[in-house]
Amino acid sequence: MGTDRIEKQVLLRAPLKRVWRALSDSTEFGSWFGVKFEGGFVPGARVRGAIVGTTVDPEVARHQKQYEGTPFEIEIEEMEPECLLSFRWHPGGTDPDIDYSMEPTTLVRFTLEQVADGVMLTVTESGFDRIPLARRAKVFQQNEHGWAIQVNLIREYLVGAA
Amino acid sequence: MRLRRGSSTGAKGSASLFAALGDETRLELVRRLCHAGPMSITRLSAGANVTRQAITKHLRVMEGAGLVHSHRHGRESVWQLDQQHLEAARRYLETISKQWDDALARLRSFVED
Repeated sequence: MGTDRIEKQVLLRAPLKRVWRALSDSTEFGSWFGVKFEGGFVPGARVRGAIVGTTVDPEVARHQKQYEGTPFEIEIEEMEPECLLSFRWHPGGTDPDIDYSMEPTTLVRFTLEQVADGVMLTVTESGFDRIPLARRAKVFQQNEHGWAIQVNLIREYLVGAA
Repeated sequence: MRLRRGSSTGAKGSASLFAALGDETRLELVRRLCHAGPMSITRLSAGANVTRQAITKHLRVMEGAGLVHSHRHGRESVWQLDQQHLEAARRYLETISKQWDDALARLRSFVED
């Protein structure tokens, strides 16, 4: 059916060390991802954090306000320096009224490969077929509005950075 | 093989679709129909740890949600998935996929700065 897994690949024109720090340092990870973590990433650790709003666009910040402070938790599985980071989480787990702790998690894997132009980063997230469909429907509803402005935000951000 | 559509399901909200799938037995039925294609009620019941009547009941619930439909083949009902309605699961994945695109765009800005 092809609904269990997502795979993304992106070429990052930056040194391997730099990319690894952006992934393995929880503060750095949080700053691009939009989460403030309470602790560092260590294999086997459950790292708690909270969703934080972006500072890039006031309109988006207003929208994200509703999720700001929402607890967020990931469980680190593997860390191989400059090579692999994997963790488990509850995808789309942003409803404060829902206890996600008993629900199945998905596995996220970041793998890094040094290439001529920089670093080829592959991200896979798998295990979606185990997520209750009712939850999937909810995530979809939640994000339907979110996307449209998120896409605009990124565009703005990239154009601004270019 | 002559096919005849079962009862028409009409337009249903996706809420009932997801409610219809909130059950292990039904998910298992969907999984099997997904992997093996259309199946008779006899085959669907074989090896299941619930009765054929129970399976039929589950299938009827899913039919009501527009997830599956049946047609007669000889003396048997053959059930198959309504792929259209499973679109919701695919769209969910698209949502998550989009979020990754956005997150990776932010990562790129972050490390290429």
